[in-house]
Amino acid sequence: MSSPDRLVYMANQIGTFFRSQGHDKAVPGIAEHIKKFWDPRMKRAIFAHIEAGGAGLEPNVLEALTSLKQATSLPGAQ
Amino acid sequence: MSLIEEIDYGTPASKSETMVTLTIDGNQVTVPEGTSIMRAAMDAGHQIPKLCATDMVDAFGSCRLCLVEIEGRAGTPASCTTPVMNGLVVHTQTERLKKLRKGVMELYISDHPLDCLTCGANGDCELQDMAGAVGLRDVRYGYEGENHVFAKTHGRDNDHWMPKDESNPYFTYDPSKCIVCSRCVRACEEVQGTFALTISGRGFDSRVSPGMNESFLGSECVSCGACVQACPTATLTEKSVIEIGQPEHSVVTTCAYCGVGCAFKAEMRGEEVVRMVPYKDGKANRGHSCVKGRFAWGYTNHKERILKPMIRERIEDPWKEVSWDEAFSFAAARMRGIQTKYGRDAIGGITSSRCTNEETYLVQKLIRAGFGNNNVDTCARVCHSPTGYGLATTFGTSAGTQDFDSVEHTDVVVVIGANPASAHPVFASRLKKRLRQGARLIVIDPRRTEMVESPHVKALHLPLMPGTNVAVMTALAHVIVTEGLVNEAFVRERCDWSEFEEWAAFVAQPNNSPEATAILTGVDPSDLREAARVYATGGNGAIYYGLGVTEHSQGSTTVIAIANLAMATGNVGRPGVGVNPLRGQNNVQGSCDMGSFPHELPGYRHISGEAVRDQFEALWNVKLNPEPGLRIPNMFDAAVEGTFMGLYVQGEDILQSDPNTSHVVAALSAMECVIVHDLFLNETANYAHVFLPGSSFLEKDGTFTNAERRIQRVRKVMTPKNGLADWEVTIGLAKAMGFEMKYSHPSEIMDEIAALTPTFAGVSYAKLDELGSVQWPCNEKAPEGTPVMHIDGFVRGKGKFVVTEYVATDERTGPRYPLLLTTGRILSQYNVGAQTRRTENVVWHAEDRLEIHPHDAEQRGVRDGDWVRLKSRAGETTLRAEITDRVAPGVVYTTFHHPDTQANVITTDYSDWATNCPEYKVTAVQVSPSNGPSDWQKAYDAQARQSRRIAPAEAAE
Repeated sequence: MSSPDRLVYMANQIGTFFRSQGHDKAVPGIAEHIKKFWDPRMKRAIFAHIEAGGAGLEPNVLEALTSLKQATSLPGAQ
Repeated sequence: MSLIEEIDYGTPASKSETMVTLTIDGNQVTVPEGTSIMRAAMDAGHQIPKLCATDMVDAFGSCRLCLVEIEGRAGTPASCTTPVMNGLVVHTQTERLKKLRKGVMELYISDHPLDCLTCGANGDCELQDMAGAVGLRDVRYGYEGENHVFAKTHGRDNDHWMPKDESNPYFTYDPSKCIVCSRCVRACEEVQGTFALTISGRGFDSRVSPGMNESFLGSECVSCGACVQACPTATLTEKSVIEIGQPEHSVVTTCAYCGVGCAFKAEMRGEEVVRMVPYKDGKANRGHSCVKGRFAWGYTNHKERILKPMIRERIEDPWKEVSWDEAFSFAAARMRGIQTKYGRDAIGGITSSRCTNEETYLVQKLIRAGFGNNNVDTCARVCHSPTGYGLATTFGTSAGTQDFDSVEHTDVVVVIGANPASAHPVFASRLKKRLRQGARLIVIDPRRTEMVESPHVKALHLPLMPGTNVAVMTALAHVIVTEGLVNEAFVRERCDWSEFEEWAAFVAQPNNSPEATAILTGVDPSDLREAARVYATGGNGAIYYGLGVTEHSQGSTTVIAIANLAMATGNVGRPGVGVNPLRGQNNVQGSCDMGSFPHELPGYRHISGEAVRDQFEALWNVKLNPEPGLRIPNMFDAAVEGTFMGLYVQGEDILQSDPNTSHVVAALSAMECVIVHDLFLNETANYAHVFLPGSSFLEKDGTFTNAERRIQRVRKVMTPKNGLADWEVTIGLAKAMGFEMKYSHPSEIMDEIAALTPTFAGVSYAKLDELGSVQWPCNEKAPEGTPVMHIDGFVRGKGKFVVTEYVATDERTGPRYPLLLTTGRILSQYNVGAQTRRTENVVWHAEDRLEIHPHDAEQRGVRDGDWVRLKSRAGETTLRAEITDRVAPGVVYTTFHHPDTQANVITTDYSDWATNCPEYKVTAVQVSPSNGPSDWQKAYDAQARQSRRIAPAEAAE
C-alpha cells in the first residue's frame, strides 16, 4: 500500500476509533491524534490529498483534517 | 573485589508483624513469629549445621544435622522445623548435639565419594563444610558396604550405582554424589513450580528422579537451574564450573533477556564468566532465574560475533574490515551526504531495547540534536506502543502500575494474550506460587498455553478467536455493569463520573453482551460471565497482559478496555491489583522512558511542548524540531517513496522482527546508508553499508528498566571484546557527524537524564548502589521510588473511561486464506533468536514449527512433522507441522525465533490505529503440504550468504 492510499487508510482507522464518541468529540479527537503523531511529510501528503478532493476519507476524518490543515503551518520540505 | 557470599538463613523469612523474643546460646534474639529457630540463630550470627535446609524453600527436616536442645523440652528437635516461641532458651552446641551430628555426618560420608580434590564442587560444597563444622575425623563404617558410589563393588556390578546424566547441556547430574536432601526436588516445586523432579524409591533406594526416571533433558525439566543452585554437593553442577573451576569474584548485574529483569551475580575468574547465579536481593526475581538468564550467555563469546568495524560501498560487495575512525567517518559522510541531497529529515535511527538506558538516551539525543530531526523510534513500536498510548490516555502514565511482589497479594489473576511460562518465566514461577496458595486464574488466549494447565494450576480459559480482544473485554465490562458489580465508590472518588456513565451505557448495550458477541469471539458466554464475576468480586484482581493484546489493529483499544475494567472494579492503586503489561525485552520500558518515540522527549513529554523543548535546548545547546518524526513503519513507507534514505539501527534486527518482510527488504534496499550496530551480522545487516560491532551486557556499565519500572544497574565484568562499549560507539559516530557529546562514564549520562526528566530526578548511580534498585517515579516526592502507582489518585487526575467499540480487523479469512495465524514464543528461545540460537538452548528448539489442529491437518493431508507451505496475502514460507489441540480448529500458531523460517514473510502491514504497532497476531493463511523451502526462502538464503562475505584483510599471497 502506498501513499496517499495508506495515509487515507490510517486516517480512517483513527476515525473509526473515535466514531463511537459521537461527531462532536470525534472530530477534535481525530485532529489532535494526527497532529500529535504524524510526521510533517505525512501531514503534507494528506493535506495535499484533501486539496485534491480528499477521496476515500470518512466525513468525520475529512472534517478533522480540514480543520487541522487550517490550524497548521508546516515547515517546507527539507 | 571478592565473591559475594549471600547469607543462607536456612528457612524463608516470616512475614508476621508479631515479634517473638527468645534466647539462643545466651543471646536474646527478637524475630517475627513463625520464624524457625534455625533462622533466628542465623539472625543472631550463629550458624547451626544444616544440609537439607536452604532459605529458598520451606523447611523439610530430613538431614537431622540442625538439631538443637531447648530447655524444658525433651529430645533434640530440628531447628529448621521448630518455630520460635517467646521465652525459649535454645542451645545450638552441646556435648549431646556434637555427638549426634558427628554420627549423622559419619553415615552420610560412608556413602559418598572421597574425590574432593578433583570434584567440581571443591571449595563450594556444603557437605564438605559440614564435615568440617562437626569435626568429622573418622568414618567407622568404612566405605565397603552397600553404597551408591562405586560402579562395581567386590567385583560385581553395583545395582545402586547410576552413571552421570550429562543430557542437559548446562549441568551434570551425578547420582553418586547425591545425599537425598531433596533440596532440588523442593526447588523445582516451590521456586520454579514445574514439579519435574521427585524422589523415587524409599530408604536406601531413594533417588532423585527427573520425571519417571528419565534423563534431565527428556523429562519435563525446563532447565531453570533452581535445582543446581539448591544442591549442596556436586550432584547437580554447572558444566562451566566443572570445566573452569570455582569463581574468585562476583559482580551484581542485570539479565539482558526479558522484561522481568532478573538480578544476577556474575561469578568470575579474571575476565571469564564461570557462572551466573540469581541474586537473592534482586527485587524482581528474588533469587530465581530461567534457562536463558542463568545459562544462555554463551553468545557473548560466540565465534560468529563480529569484533571489528566494517564498511562497504554497496550491499552487493563483501564487507571490508576497517578501523573505528574509518568506519565513523565513512558513516558520517554518507549520512550528511544524504541530508544534503534529500533534506534534513531524510535520515533517522532506531534505539535498542536491548541496550542500556544511557545508550538509548544517547541515540535519541544524537538523532534529535545531531541529525536535527525527530526520526527516532524503537522496537517498542512493534510490541508495546499501544500500552504507552492506552495507559497514558486512561491513567496518565505509560507504564504498568505494580511491582512483581504485588502478585503475592493477588486473589484473581487475569492473563490476557501473554504466556509468561514461556516469555516471562520467572514472573510465571512467582505467579504459580501464588496460585498454589489458592489465588484464581483466568487466561484469555486463543491457544491453550502452558499457563492454562500446569501442575496444581487450572485456569478458567476463554479461548477467543484471534482479533476479538476488544469484543471480549467489552463483554466482560457488560457483565460487570449489567450485573451491578461496579465498585461505584471507587469510580465516584477516582474517576470522571460522566465519562464513566457514558462508558457504562455503551457497554451495557445488548449487542455487547457475551451471548451476542459469542458468534465473533467463539467464547462460551457462561464462561465469560463467570470470569467477569470472579474478577469483579473475587478480592484483589490483577490483569497481566502481553503482545497478544497490543499487536492488533485494535491494540490500543484493548489496552484502554483493560484499564476501563480495572477502574470499574476498583482494582487500581494498592498492592495485589493493577494493570501490568509484561514487557518483552530487558529494557523496552527504559527505551520508551528515554524518549525513543518520535513524538516524545525523555519522560513521555510531547516534542511540541515549548517549555520542555526549552529545557533540552538549553542543556544540549541546539534548536529542536517541534514536529514529531517518523515511526518505524512510516520510515519504511518513506524509504520506498524515496524521502527517507539513511538509518542508524542500534541492537535491533528489524528485518527479522518487523512484519511483512518483503516490504522491509524493499525499504532497506532503497536506502543509501544503513548502519547496523550489533553483536552479530544479523538479518538487517544483509542490507547494511556500515557495521559497527556492539558490546554485550557483560562489557559495559549502565542501567536497564524492567516491566515494573525498576531501574537496575548493569555492571561491566570484562573489557569490551570489540574495544568500545555501545555508548562510546554512539559518541564516536556523533563526533564524526560534527556533534560532540562528552561523557567519561555512563553515570554522567544518567545524571543528565535525571536533570532533564522529572520522574528520574532522584536517580543516580550512587542511589542505585545504595538501594540496589528503584522504581520510577523517583524524585523529591518519592525518594526511594514508587512500587505501586496511582495510590491516592490517578497520575492524570481523574481516571478516564473511554468507549471501546469492537471493529473487526481488515485482515479477514476467506476461501483462499481460511485459517488464522497467530504467533508467540517458546521458553528456550528469545525474540528473533540472535542470542539464544547461538547457545546450547537450540537443543530444546532447533526450528520453528507450525501448530495446527488435527481437524485442519487431516483436511489438508498433513501429518505430524511434515513440511507445510504457509501462505498469506503478504508472502509464503515453509516449515514443519506439529499437530496439536492446543490451538482451536481454524487457528494455526508458530514462533518467530529462526531466520530461515521467516514467519514475518507471512505477516501483513496492518497495524494498530493509534500507534502503528503491527498486527502480528492475526494473519489469514492457507496451509498445504510442501516438499521444502519456498522460492522466497531459497532466494533469501542466497542473498544472505552473499551479503555476509567478509573480504580477506590482505591478498592470500
